[in-house]
Amino acid sequence: MKKKIAVTGNEALAEALRQINPDVCAAYPITPQTDMMQRFSEFVADGLVDTELMLVESEHSAMSACIGASAGGGRVATATSGPGLALMWEMLYVASGMRCPIVMPVINRALSAPLNIHCDHSDAMGARDSGWIQLWSENAQEAYDNMIMAFRIAEHTDIRLPVMVCMDGFIISHSLGIMEFLADDVVRKFIRKFTPHEALLDINHPVSYGPLIVTDQYHEYKNAQNNIMSEVFDVASDVAAEFENISGRRYGFFETYKLEDAEIGIVILNSAAGTCKDMIDEARREGIKIGLLKPRLFRPFPYEMIAAALSHLKVICVLDRSDSFGAHAPLFVEIATSLYNCKQRPVLINRIYGLGGRDFMPEHVSGVINEMIDIAGKKIEIIPKKYISLRK
Amino acid sequence: MKTKIIDRSNCRPVITQAGNSVALKTGSWRSLEPVLLKENCTNCLLCWLYCPDMSVIVRDGKVEGFDMDYCKGCGICALECPGKKGQKAIRMRKEEKE
Amino acid sequence: MSSSLKIKELSKKEILLAQGHRMCQGCGASIVVKMVMLAIDKPIVACSPTGCLEVTTCISDYTSWKIPWIHSAFENAAATMAGVETMYRSLKKQGKISEDMSFVVFAGDGGTYDIGFQSLSGALERGHDMLYICYDNGAYMNTGIQRSGATPFGASTTTSPAGSAVPGKIHQRKDITRIMAAHNIPYVAQASPSHHLDLMRKIQKALSIEGPKYINILSPCHRGWRSKPDDAIALSRLAVNTSFWPLFEIENGKTRVTYIPKDKRPLREFLRPQGRFAHLFQPENEWIIEKSQAKIDADWSALLAEGACEAIEE
Ligand code: SF4
Ligand code: SF4
Repeated sequence: MKKKIAVTGNEALAEALRQINPDVCAAYPITPQTDMMQRFSEFVADGLVDTELMLVESEHSAMSACIGASAGGGRVATATSGPGLALMWEMLYVASGMRCPIVMPVINRALSAPLNIHCDHSDAMGARDSGWIQLWSENAQEAYDNMIMAFRIAEHTDIRLPVMVCMDGFIISHSLGIMEFLADDVVRKFIRKFTPHEALLDINHPVSYGPLIVTDQYHEYKNAQNNIMSEVFDVASDVAAEFENISGRRYGFFETYKLEDAEIGIVILNSAAGTCKDMIDEARREGIKIGLLKPRLFRPFPYEMIAAALSHLKVICVLDRSDSFGAHAPLFVEIATSLYNCKQRPVLINRIYGLGGRDFMPEHVSGVINEMIDIAGKKIEIIPKKYISLRK
Repeated sequence: MKTKIIDRSNCRPVITQAGNSVALKTGSWRSLEPVLLKENCTNCLLCWLYCPDMSVIVRDGKVEGFDMDYCKGCGICALECPGKKGQKAIRMRKEEKE
Repeated sequence: MSSSLKIKELSKKEILLAQGHRMCQGCGASIVVKMVMLAIDKPIVACSPTGCLEVTTCISDYTSWKIPWIHSAFENAAATMAGVETMYRSLKKQGKISEDMSFVVFAGDGGTYDIGFQSLSGALERGHDMLYICYDNGAYMNTGIQRSGATPFGASTTTSPAGSAVPGKIHQRKDITRIMAAHNIPYVAQASPSHHLDLMRKIQKALSIEGPKYINILSPCHRGWRSKPDDAIALSRLAVNTSFWPLFEIENGKTRVTYIPKDKRPLREFLRPQGRFAHLFQPENEWIIEKSQAKIDADWSALLAEGACEAIEE
């Protein structure tokens, strides 16, 4: 039985976690992830899950405990935000290098300093090279769906890699949205039983985890990790196809919106895509041929498919909610890389928006649309990178 | 010993053959070697207990000798051996190497 | 009932650390690990942080561990083991595992006193059923003998070298065993491989108690201590007999000195054979020995006052 109700993003993810019922969950409170874990703690307190909940003393220990638990031989989840993810940084590489299929919602938050608890993508973008699969979500429904699919992708025998499910802090985590939950039994059947792999707790087959690997093997090891990442595409498509059967919702590696006949386009992640779509509808009514692309699978990154979806455009504005100071922002770099080898290349501009929770308003979208129109008409000089919505 | 080539099939930091370091013969590190003087040995087995390299061979509660494949020649066994009437049952000597 | 600790009986047991490990010759840590595992009856699952023991016992494709063992990073052995132990409890509760197991961490002093301290403190507070062993050699030996929170006052290390202006380490050691006891965990002890029976009894006692346990074990390192390859046991014995390293346990808050040296020796006897203390024997540095001796005497008296009445002699 599917039920449609109004919930916050954090409620949706806590509910997903209840349905998934991981064996161990280790977490540390950090805004805006906190109330997701609080809700899950209630499920534990009420005996609704089998999960052993470890409330550890830091995110570094949360990820370390998840690695230990995962190596132990069971299903593991955690969740974090912003500085919490930053504190985990060392262990993120260990989790992926040790092939631990841990699933972790990242409720996106800015990094200090200055201290700021609101949404931006600096946290997850800082971890983009850590060997984790990254799924990004526009709203609570997508986050919930991604979360359920994440376990199947992470635990697939050919993959066995950790997955981050990214969702915008506050904007989604704390605001109500209408969504549809799947029934418990449907979720449990979909995610399947966990199959341990060389479990540390199998005392009849003692294994040593985490050896020192010197130069004669390390390089090949990393090459293999990279190759495994490339296999995520097939697995993620298969999982999405199966998920469509149980949910009726279809997920690709990215979503396109009115892109086929478009001449200019916006590329943007997560919640701000909603505002963009509304403004695209408005622009379309005025005859402007504009579309949008919203990546969902950011790691591994589907370069060729994205190039095929975007190369026909004249101008693209890549909107980043994080920055690489003194360089182009992360999403822009990926889009530029995708298009570099195309015969015909759109003009690309990079606009930084919404850092530390700065509102992203319809007028900001119109601003970049107008700028793209002017660039297409060769009326203005191209400024490659710029912050928008700065206060005057 | 050939190092295995890592590819996607074995890209996992796990060693499944427990205790396979026996393939690494650390005896080559040695410059001094322990010599057993059985007549002075009371089989207290302190040498067996203290040897950091599991290189004192004990059978049926009796010291038989040393496992020269692994003995690193530290001399702990010799220093700690109480022996019989003050006469140690282990002494270290310079190893003749070919 | 725990099995016999008679050496003859022990010698029939399989030693769970395999030959071919690459610890230095005469390393105290290998002796400690070997003794600890000999004392344990249940299947052991172990964890080590990055450090000497870790890099020398598990270098791809070889492991010296005959038991399940995990290393993930340096500052997190307690958290990693806590994760393993929690997974064990979860799977056991769900009927997916039936065997009983003992969870043991083998960590050096750097990974315990310093960088791993927070993770350890958290794990103790959460009450995980595990035994945390610190093999304390008093410096970061794996990275080349840098001073740690465990380095004794006055010791010369590569980052606290004895020079003409600064006479080695100018700070006292952290009293980690007491700090662990302040967590009010059921069992805390200090042991030395020279007193093997005492050491192994403590291991057996610790593992008979549910919850977090901590044992600090002196682990001579002749490379870092600048002494001789054969003196690991001799120096740990001197450490005990000078009361530099008193043997005691704190069980449910109750302190018991487990060994009283018949003839308490002056600290100099422990310091003299070690190159890291050689500079202290110069007249201008004598005050350091005196200060250390005074502290040791005071600490020893305080310890005796706390738990001497129940002390047993070996
Ligand atoms: S320590 Fe000496 S006396 Fe004791 S068993 Fe060994 S060789 Fe014999
Ligand atoms: S010399 Fe050292 S390694 Fe060799 S048998 Fe004696 S104690 Fe063991």
